[in-house]
Amino acid sequence: MADEVKLYGLDGSPFVCRVKIALNLKKIDYKFVVEDLRNKSADLLKYNPVHKKIPVLLHSGKPISESLVIIEYMDDAWKGAPLLPKDPYEKAQARFWAKFVDDKCIPIVFKAIVSHGEEKDLAEAHEQLQFLENQLNEGKKFFGGDDINLVDISATFIAYWVGAAEEALGLKLVSKDKYPKLTEWCDNYINCQAVKDGLPPREILLGFFKMWFATPNSFVYNEFLNKSS
Amino acid sequence: MADEVKLHGVDGSPFVCRVKIALNIKKIDYKYVVEDLSNKSADLLKYNPVHKKVPVFVHNGNSVSESLVIVEYIDDAWKAVPILPQDAYEKAQARFWAKFIDDKCIPALFKAIGSHGEEQAVAEAHEQLQFLENELNVKGKKFFGGGDINLVDIAATFIAYWVGAAEEALGIKLVSKDKFPKIKEWDGNYINSQVVKDGLPPREILVAFFKKRFGNA
Repeated sequence: MADEVKLYGLDGSPFVCRVKIALNLKKIDYKFVVEDLRNKSADLLKYNPVHKKIPVLLHSGKPISESLVIIEYMDDAWKGAPLLPKDPYEKAQARFWAKFVDDKCIPIVFKAIVSHGEEKDLAEAHEQLQFLENQLNEGKKFFGGDDINLVDISATFIAYWVGAAEEALGLKLVSKDKYPKLTEWCDNYINCQAVKDGLPPREILLGFFKMWFATPNSFVYNEFLNKSS
Repeated sequence: MADEVKLHGVDGSPFVCRVKIALNIKKIDYKYVVEDLSNKSADLLKYNPVHKKVPVFVHNGNSVSESLVIVEYIDDAWKAVPILPQDAYEKAQARFWAKFIDDKCIPALFKAIGSHGEEQAVAEAHEQLQFLENELNVKGKKFFGGGDINLVDIAATFIAYWVGAAEEALGIKLVSKDKFPKIKEWDGNYINSQVVKDGLPPREILVAFFKKRFGNA
C-alpha cells in the first residue's frame, strides 16, 4: 500500500482538475475515484468530514483536502517538477496570487456568469481580471515564468471553464482586445500536455453550463457556490 | 546589510496580530508602521495595490500581503523556531486547519457577533468550532501545534482573544467552557504565552471597538 495515490473527484470540477494537472506534471500514477455528489461515498465523508467536498487526495492512506493545500502537499512530498519557486519571496508571491485567484477572481467571474453578465458583476470581474493581465505583462509565458506553477494551476477555471461558459451563454468575458496577455496565456496553458491530459472534454462543460443556466437552482450550482464563496 | 523589516498595520486587527506573534516567535526586530485605514498611506497602496489592506510585511524592500501568506513567508525566510511542521503531511494538515479557520470559523463567529448572538448564527459558529474542539481533543494537545505554537494557533488568535472581548462588549456568550473545554484550555495557554502576550493589543481597545461597532446606541 506504500505510496498508493487516490484522487476522489468529479470531471466537471475545476478544483479536482487542478490536482489532476499537478499529478500529471509530477508524473504521479494515481487511481481516480469518481464521486456522485448527490450520494457521497462513505470514503469521501470519512476522509473529508469537515467540508465533505472534492477533491480529496489520499496518499498511503492519509487524506488531504482543499485543492491548493493538496498541491502544496504534493510539491512537498514529490520533489520532481517543482510547482512552487524555491526562493521564499517568489514563493510568497505565488501563494498570494493563487489565493487571489481563489478568493477574488473565481467568485466574481462565477457571479458574472451566473448573472448572465449583469453590468455591475461584469465590472467587478474585469477589475479583478485586470490584476492578472498585469501580472502577465512582464513578458511571461506562464504565471510561473517559463514553466507552469501553482498560480497557473489555480487559474485553470479561467483558462478553460470560462470559455465553455462564454460559449454556452453567448457572452464574452475574457476578450482578446481587453486581455491580450491573458488570452495568450489561456492558449499556452491548455495546450500543455500535462494540462490537456487533465481537462475534461469541453462538451461535458458546455452541456453542464447549458443545463445549469436552464435550471439555476440545481444542487451542483450550490455546491460550486459554497466552494467559491 | 542588516535585514530591514517593516510591518504596516493597525492594533485592532487580528490579522496584523498574527504577523506580530510570528515575528515575536522568530525574535525578529521590526519597525511597526501604524496605518490609518480611513487615510491609507502611499506606501500601503504601493505595497498592496490589489487589496489595499493591512497587514503588509516589507522585507528589504520586498512586500508580502495576506496574513497567512506572510506567516509562511516568515517561516521560509527565517529558519529558527519553525512555525510549520517539517513533515509534508503534518504541514498539509496545518495549512488545512489554518484555512478552515480563515474561511469558515472566523466568518461564522463574526456573523454571530454582528447579530448579537442570534440563535441560528451562534449554532453555525458552534458547528465550526466543534471541529476545532475535536482537533484538540483527539491529539490531547496543549496547542494545535502540539507542544509548541504553530500556524494553526496563530491563525486562531481571533478566537483566543477577539471573541472574548466581543463577548464582554455585547454581553453574549459564544465560546463557553462546558461546550468547548479544550478550546478554552487552549485559549488560556495561548494568550499567556509571552510571544503572544507581547503581540496582543490591550483588551480595552477591543472591547471599546466592539461596543462602538456592534453595541446598542
